Amino acid sequence: MIRRIWGMLYRHAAMYRRSWPRLAEIAYWPTLNMLIWGFTSTYIATAHGAPRAVVAGGFIGGVLLWEIMLRGQLGVTIGFLEEIWSRNLGHLFVSPLRPGELLGALVIVSAVRTLVGLLPATIIAYLLYSYNILALGPVVLLFFINLLVMGWWVALGIVSLLFRYGAGAEALAWTIAFGVTPLACVYYPLTALPVWLQPVAQALPAAHIFEGLRAALLTHAMDWRQFTLATGLNVVWAIAAILVFAGEFRRARVRGALLAIGE
Amino acid sequence: MEAIRVENLTKRYPHTLAVDGISFTLAPGEILGLLGGNGAGKTTTIAMLLGLLVPTSGRITVLGRDMARDRFSALARMNFSSPYIALPARLTVRENLVVYGHLYNVPNLKRRIAALAEQFNLGTLLNRPAGELSAGQKTRVALAKSLINTPELLLLDEPTASLDPDTGDYVRTVLEEYRRTQRAAILLASHNMGEVERLCDNVLMLKTGRIVDRGPPEDLISRYGRENMEQVFLHIARSEAL
Repeated sequence: MIRRIWGMLYRHAAMYRRSWPRLAEIAYWPTLNMLIWGFTSTYIATAHGAPRAVVAGGFIGGVLLWEIMLRGQLGVTIGFLEEIWSRNLGHLFVSPLRPGELLGALVIVSAVRTLVGLLPATIIAYLLYSYNILALGPVVLLFFINLLVMGWWVALGIVSLLFRYGAGAEALAWTIAFGVTPLACVYYPLTALPVWLQPVAQALPAAHIFEGLRAALLTHAMDWRQFTLATGLNVVWAIAAILVFAGEFRRARVRGALLAIGE
Repeated sequence: MEAIRVENLTKRYPHTLAVDGISFTLAPGEILGLLGGNGAGKTTTIAMLLGLLVPTSGRITVLGRDMARDRFSALARMNFSSPYIALPARLTVRENLVVYGHLYNVPNLKRRIAALAEQFNLGTLLNRPAGELSAGQKTRVALAKSLINTPELLLLDEPTASLDPDTGDYVRTVLEEYRRTQRAAILLASHNMGEVERLCDNVLMLKTGRIVDRGPPEDLISRYGRENMEQVFLHIARSEAL
């Protein structure tokens, strides 16, 4: 098992080594987002006399953490799409590589991509806006893991849609997670949403993570209730996503969709 | 133990009966041709043998393993090549072979890749990206990939489809040699009837999902009173009665 996962990791490492556009793409959006929201938070803090640390923490911290989810999701789905684009899935699925091992490799690739992609944005936040996300302490790691896991189960859902609808569903890989952003309450509190929409947002781990982040910024204390809710929801959604993936993979083998997934 | 045992295999889609109750066996060291026109059921049959497609009914046993329950054990001992499936274009030939060597848990991988490079004359191509190769070179690389794990069973879909006659002949010689030295079983889907006559011990003639005839190529040629397999193929393909 480990050797097969290693084989897939080697495959992605070899690809990135030879493709600077792919490497640049990893860091491009997080860096761009950081610049936009960094200047926005500076402007708001200056124009409205708001405490700079809280504004910067809310916006810049929000950008950095939300990018973990987005990059985590894209890392898995792009990794899977790479196999569709290179018409290599047929070879992989007739090799001894189990679907779980393929996903395991993609999850590791996604984690590395996320760390590498966020490094420039984290440095920019520190140098340009004097914001150090690591100052939050070990709590950052808990946020990081939770958001990464959320990105993975969203990705698993998208890969399931690719099994069902083929490469025609590729656009979902780029759009679904962005579509979740309004409900994630990254830049505003849950109460800013209409009352009828709040239960929907509360069903997502992200809303609890960002409520926890704001609480940590304002009170300098971890809101363990929000963290526990986020973790519990992640477990439930991850199990649901795994079941959906397994079901769609089985149905794809029945319908013959694995033969035509690139079309 | 047979390399392949297929019993009453059927694949039904909502509007099509792609494979209709076929049965056959493939012995170790045998080369079996799977022939038929477009839509005859060759690709569907191969996909079911590889575990890519779940049969509607029937049973497939590959190298003693039931493909419905234990396909990964069988997949580790077999391999597949088709010009219709590619290898990652950005990776070099060597990197592609390393990836598949890991996936198939190949021991002494460096030595195995060197042996395949020599066998398929890939020495100068090893460090070139797979996407930059000509169609013929890609086919040779795909065949090298299909032998990376020294499979006991090889499934080949049009193995010489885009090769010039010289390279095609070379590949056929390699396959004959591989079958002889490894006593490997080979299932070959091909539209090249000269290739079928040269390589196959037996052929299955498929039409609309059913096996309409079977036997050694020379027997079929004589039974239909024809001069070669091409004429037998055309006769069967155009015959309403079959």
